[in-house]
Amino acid sequence: MDSMTVERLKEKAIQLRETAVTMVYKAQSGHPGGSLSAADFVTALYFKEMNVNPEDPNWAERDRFVLSKGHVAPIQYAALAHKGFVPLEMINTLREYGSPFQGHPDSKKCPGVDISTGSLGQGLSCAVGMALGGKLDEKAYRVFAVVGDGECQEGQIWEAAQSAVKYELDNLVVFIDDNGLQIDGTTEEVMPNHDLEKKFQAFGFETKRIDGHSMEEIVDTLDEVREAKNGKPKCIVCNTVKGKGVSYMENVVGWHGKAPNEEQYKLAMEELAGGLHA
Amino acid sequence: MTVLDLKATEQIATREAFGDEIVELGRNNKNILVVDADIGSSCKTTKFMNEFPKQHINVGIAEQNAAGLAAGLATTGKIPFVSTYAVFGSLRMAEQIRQEICYPNLNVKIACSHGGLTPANDGGSHQAIEDMGVLRTIPNMTVIMGADYYSTRKLVKQASEMHGAVYLRFTRDKVPVIYDENETFEIGKAKQLRNGKDVALIANGDTVHLALQAAEILESKGVSAQLLDMHTIKPIDKEAVLECIEIGNIVTVEDHNIINGLGSAVSEIVAEQGKGKVRRIGVQDRFGESAPYDKLLEINGITVENIVNTAEEML
Ligand SMILES: Cc1ncc(C[n+]2csc(CCOP(=O)(O)OP(=O)(O)O)c2C)c(N)n1
Ligand SMILES: [Mg+2]
Repeated sequence: MDSMTVERLKEKAIQLRETAVTMVYKAQSGHPGGSLSAADFVTALYFKEMNVNPEDPNWAERDRFVLSKGHVAPIQYAALAHKGFVPLEMINTLREYGSPFQGHPDSKKCPGVDISTGSLGQGLSCAVGMALGGKLDEKAYRVFAVVGDGECQEGQIWEAAQSAVKYELDNLVVFIDDNGLQIDGTTEEVMPNHDLEKKFQAFGFETKRIDGHSMEEIVDTLDEVREAKNGKPKCIVCNTVKGKGVSYMENVVGWHGKAPNEEQYKLAMEELAGGLHA
Repeated sequence: MTVLDLKATEQIATREAFGDEIVELGRNNKNILVVDADIGSSCKTTKFMNEFPKQHINVGIAEQNAAGLAAGLATTGKIPFVSTYAVFGSLRMAEQIRQEICYPNLNVKIACSHGGLTPANDGGSHQAIEDMGVLRTIPNMTVIMGADYYSTRKLVKQASEMHGAVYLRFTRDKVPVIYDENETFEIGKAKQLRNGKDVALIANGDTVHLALQAAEILESKGVSAQLLDMHTIKPIDKEAVLECIEIGNIVTVEDHNIINGLGSAVSEIVAEQGKGKVRRIGVQDRFGESAPYDKLLEINGITVENIVNTAEEML
């Protein structure tokens, strides 16, 4: 597949945001805030970086994607729908009976979902297992995991991290969506994370902190990471804004898991049509 | 006892009952603490946190830590209520509950919203269908689910007054209020809602109101149904089950897997008595999925109609 230019990726990221917000609006339930903060790197992964095939979602050589913070399923579903894994019309069925788009990703129901998630803290271990399996079989695929900053409070994240380092999984790339918010407040109030980049570094990861809304930085970092076959798992800590792209959702705890009403939805669509603001 | 007209009553999620009662308890006893794990807002502990910030702990998204920390607090004479969703409070914390709460027999309460299929559109990952079964297997554990707002409040209060580990399960979604505000409840003692002689319905939690409607329909068809609200599945009220065995036909109803929940607990007593028949209505040993709550109940046959039909088949 031709990889997209940065400009096209930026447009794509807007499109995925629009779709994710539309899904949550139609369902009148779901998690917009963390979907929007993750939108840019999820776009870069699906539309530039990852070697996946919508015609053959279970292709053995594919790169894997694990949404460890499974509640932001709408942004992954938006990517899968626009990529052609699932017909685009299905976006109207989020959280409905029989939909591939379950409240949280379900690998039995949705093509392109490599493993079911939804209980925080568990997905990263699965990503480590997938990366280890790839190493054992001497396969070239890589594994990309998306982890929330609040999610890093789960001890299992650190158990996964230590095993990724022990098994020298340089085919594992972890994105931390460091948006500073969780459900009961800011991470600072609920349970301070301190510096997640330093923590992963101390565990033995190769780390980098970037602006998670700069497509240029995301793309450049993915280029660097692709080349670094040095026996170290990678962790990209992304400074992000929860709700990014919809002004009234930005940095507002209450938009973690709430659907917009009709008026709010219209406003969101208008704002997104205008692109991201710095 | 008075049973209210269902159609005329209001609907309240039982997690609200916990949120309201825990404030009363915290006001009267400074040793009552809430240990949250970043979902206080949906488990309804925000009021408690605001009124008694010194009695409130939020460990973040770290349920296993919450359970262990609560055990430690209990050794210092505190009465911690760990508050999270039922899936996490039963399964994620299962071994901490076993090892550090039940084994040393400490005074920790696990108070969980999102019981059974009630977090309906969140999907199978969030629907706790195994929780009561898993926890009732652990020695020293008491397992409770109230049927409505008022009974849940009473049971939460009683749980705070008894020593030992208690698992309290609440609904995310609204359920009808079926009891009068002044009704009394006792942990381990079934509430008999109807007296009958042809069939016994034993239900708990959010299915009690379904069984109540079924009993009324059966009555109109000339079938006299005994009805028990078995809010405590462990220790189960054996006396009450023995009475049902005398009736002969028992239908159990629960928003839980039919394996190891209320139906199993009743069946254990029936099997040991060597008489009586049981039919279990509940989640059909399948994971949940995203759907309206009523649809999920229907898929599993947890409906008034199926209760009526099952009871009639047994006669
Ligand atoms: C084990 C577990 N505990 C609690 C929850 C409930 N929950 C869903 S999202 C969330 C907050 C997540 O915060 P964060 O990881 O920072 O995600 P983001 O800000 O990107 O939405 C919580 C506590 C869960 N899904 N799993
Ligand atoms: Mg966050």
